[in-house]
Amino acid sequence: MIYDKLIFRVMGDRALLVELGDEISPAINKKIRELFVSLDHQEIAGVIDLVPSYRSLLVIYNPLQISTLELENQIAKTQNGMDPARIPSPKTVEIPVVYGDDYGPDLEWVAAYHKIAPQEVIRLHTQHTYQVYMIGFTSGFPYLGEVPEALSTPRRETPRTHVPKGSVAIAQKQTGIYPVQSPGGWHIIGWTPVTLFDPQAEPPSLLEMGDQVRFHAITAEEMANWQP
Amino acid sequence: MAAVESIEILSPGLQTTVQDLGRFGFGRYGVAPSGALDSFALRIGNLLVDNPENQACLETTLLGLRIKALTDVLIAVTGANLQPRVDKRPLEMWCSHILNKGEILSFSGPSSGCRSYIALGGGIDIPPVLGSKSTSLPSGFGGFQGIALEAGAILFSDSPQAKLVASHRKFEPKWIPTYPGKWIVRVIWGPQDDDFTEGGRQTFLKSSYKVSSESDRTGIRLDGPLIQRKADIPESIISEGLISGSIQVPGDGKPIIILGETVSGGYRKIATVISADLPLLGQIRPGDEIHFISISVDEAIKALRKMEIRIKHFKERLSDKASKREKIIP
Repeated sequence: MIYDKLIFRVMGDRALLVELGDEISPAINKKIRELFVSLDHQEIAGVIDLVPSYRSLLVIYNPLQISTLELENQIAKTQNGMDPARIPSPKTVEIPVVYGDDYGPDLEWVAAYHKIAPQEVIRLHTQHTYQVYMIGFTSGFPYLGEVPEALSTPRRETPRTHVPKGSVAIAQKQTGIYPVQSPGGWHIIGWTPVTLFDPQAEPPSLLEMGDQVRFHAITAEEMANWQP
Repeated sequence: MAAVESIEILSPGLQTTVQDLGRFGFGRYGVAPSGALDSFALRIGNLLVDNPENQACLETTLLGLRIKALTDVLIAVTGANLQPRVDKRPLEMWCSHILNKGEILSFSGPSSGCRSYIALGGGIDIPPVLGSKSTSLPSGFGGFQGIALEAGAILFSDSPQAKLVASHRKFEPKWIPTYPGKWIVRVIWGPQDDDFTEGGRQTFLKSSYKVSSESDRTGIRLDGPLIQRKADIPESIISEGLISGSIQVPGDGKPIIILGETVSGGYRKIATVISADLPLLGQIRPGDEIHFISISVDEAIKALRKMEIRIKHFKERLSDKASKREKIIP
């Protein structure tokens, strides 16, 4: 459900959680993006960082520069005064993926879990356009949703300690891409040669919250010749 | 400004990283702040060696760091007392000293606290990444090549000889923090405290929690009485942003204090550590005990202001002395 008005929750003395709904939904996430982009544009004095997520926006601030109450007022004012039509549209990004084998060691498992062929997993995964609900967990990790019900898969019972950079994975109704090597509990179904996070680039993350993502399958040979 | 080879890492000890006050403004890309866990110690260290407060320092954990001066360099060691020595002589902490070329600064192990900060006059000359020199260990960038320092690493400082004149600066003894091993950490309830039972909230406040050996720069894991969720409340939430000091309670009911290496999480947060107590979190070590007490946002801001006023007074005292010195030297 989308809330009629913003709900504010304090997170300690220096962050304010602004909630706009209580579930994973493209519409709620779109509203979060609108508020996030508007607030980012406003550059309210004392605001240090903004972390948008599925249904909330975390506003981190210096409490010696702005009070919680003043900040709430400014956020509410921004929310009431903004024109969603003037918010720039998110971009659409195509991500090439080599599915299965060593690139996607869990593809067979996911297929067996759903009692479908690995090819069908690939077909289902590539047929959908996903929304970047948030970037979190590690630098540049996109939480993409939602995968078709027929692909919804519980997390691995035992997380891996090292998931290779570029791994494309599924957990529940989410899919994501590991931008750096990290631990991880999602099922790895493929691998992409695309760089998702480069701290020297501007912006450092290929994807931003709100972007639309489509995957397409490439062969290992095509991957070898792939150029950004 | 000339960058000069200032120190060589002979041994990094348990873990030594380059950190400043952290990286902010990139949370939207999943980029966590990183930064000195004890920001108070880092700021005072920098002031002692006449650096800007936000200059990068070495943060070293528990024991084993050995560094050699490659030129005469002003240093100050703040934070945990890991028994610093220059060659065989004990080194006074919270005070600036000249480490002469060839001398070795070493840390034999903790007598109190967990992390020491070594500030170098002229700072650490490495390029900032995304606005900060802090090392992000989980994402492998920033600081010294995105990793913890290794033996043989050589660090540069900007014109270290220009800072030698600031030796023998001392921090106010009465304001030097103590690291007791039994901690009282002040928190503000929320944002999801309502999802726990009244009994669970009482358990959180009344229990003594023991710091697990699995704690590191990403978080302080606690062992102790389990915190009960309300019956109809699932263990995870839809992932959302969090900050260092957020206290998550995962499905097993044992709290984890999040430190500065992540921007989001999917567990309920019963409370948040106040900003004024964040520096202490960097000094809590495995085996220590923690008691939480809850205070209001207003009290938390008062505590933060008090800390900032101390730093401001110290800066004023330093600049008074510096201006007097300028008058004496024609």
